[in-house]
Amino acid sequence: MMDPIYGRIAANKRRTFFLFFLYAVLFALIGYFIGIYIGDIVVGIILAGLVFIVLFLISIYSGQNVVTRMAGAKEVSKQQEPYLYNTVEALSIAAGKPMPKIYIIETEVPNAFAAGRNPQNSIIAVTRGLMNRLNRQELEGVIAHEMAHINNYDVLLATVAIVLAGTIVFVSVIARRMMFFGGLGRGGRRSGQGQLIMIIVLIIVAILAPIFAQLLKFAISRQREYMADATAANFTGYPEGLASALEKITNQQVKDSPIENKALEGLYIVNPSLGARSGNRASVLFSTHPPAEERVKRLRAM
Amino acid sequence: MESTHVLLAVLVVIVLTIIFSYNRLVAMRNMADKAYSNIDTLLQKRFDLVPNLVNTVKGYMEHERELLEAITRARTEWLNASTIQENAGADQTAERALKSLFAVSENYPDLKANQNFMMLQEELVGIENKIAYARQRYNRTVMAINTAVQKFPTNLIARLFKFETREYFAVESERARSAPEINMQGGEDK
Repeated sequence: MMDPIYGRIAANKRRTFFLFFLYAVLFALIGYFIGIYIGDIVVGIILAGLVFIVLFLISIYSGQNVVTRMAGAKEVSKQQEPYLYNTVEALSIAAGKPMPKIYIIETEVPNAFAAGRNPQNSIIAVTRGLMNRLNRQELEGVIAHEMAHINNYDVLLATVAIVLAGTIVFVSVIARRMMFFGGLGRGGRRSGQGQLIMIIVLIIVAILAPIFAQLLKFAISRQREYMADATAANFTGYPEGLASALEKITNQQVKDSPIENKALEGLYIVNPSLGARSGNRASVLFSTHPPAEERVKRLRAM
Repeated sequence: MESTHVLLAVLVVIVLTIIFSYNRLVAMRNMADKAYSNIDTLLQKRFDLVPNLVNTVKGYMEHERELLEAITRARTEWLNASTIQENAGADQTAERALKSLFAVSENYPDLKANQNFMMLQEELVGIENKIAYARQRYNRTVMAINTAVQKFPTNLIARLFKFETREYFAVESERARSAPEINMQGGEDK
């Protein structure tokens, strides 16, 4: 039981490192083209390098703050939410890990996620709807699933991937702007070099979008969810709690959900955009999560 | 020449195994100690709340004097406990008495509406849950230690450095089995 988890933790750290490496290469490339654009390649690469270092530090040390802000979650204390606090504390004891910070998202759609860089610096966020709809055993199952993600270092990889993926969107927006205004400022050489750069920028933007999508998939694999479900069942010793919670949560995802967000959807225990495309076969194929029925079936077979 | 190399290699393997096993045993022992102190802290927290609970409930539950006495008795039992088994026994007495109390409290609407009681109930049910998980964690670490201490070749290293098998946090099975099954309503309807 111990060994697959340790393998998992090592794999997650390796993947996080690889993700940073990939981004470093990407930024060097972007810096190179910006360098050509402003006429000095070294300056371009140094600029991109600085931006990368800042992003690196933010995603590692402040990733959970970025994610909770994106999700609209607010931190709560024990006095405000004793029931939730007690439940999270119980599961942190079961996992033998420090107590994570607790956040609440004020929406009636039930869902939950975890973020952070390691078990000492992590958060668990749940929606108000989750607390209102689940009984104690079910809530324990969900919190145990999130504790499992924290325990397995899934949160590190997911948090970093979300912050970095978010910046890629930002960069591609800037690149598109440059395409529009790039031609105006420069004088004589516009027709030659300017044209070339526009084409290159276009290519980069075209390449970036699928990479962005792929990275999120890479970070949030289906195997990971099964693994977290299994670990959660091990923590609580009661798989039925999580199974029944998954059924409830899945049935109550709504169209145009207030927590729907492309960058964050893989983080939640159940994909929030499920309500928008139920019945669509492709959604199962391209989903970041395994279908809930399959997860429930596996939990009940334990 | 050849044989000294082989001997050296065997020696290195043996020394590495000893170091590795020793460190693993130490890590497991620390884990079990931490898990046990977790249980201890939680039991302390629970029994600290008992006098407050008894005072709050006393006025409402004239007919349940026995139940309140059982809870107080569990606290005394715990205060006098020194071995793991005595601690586990007190824990079980308290758990049963509190469960009965919260089940019976359903019949006292005035008590159910009492702010202080509601707070105490949430806190005590929460602690109950945490104790259950702390117990589970402790017993799992004990199982890991006992397996390591008994299995070859770690048993040799364990004997050499005086690592011993540990006691589970549990009462003797006959008493545990005779525990009455009480349905608790408190946490269900949340």
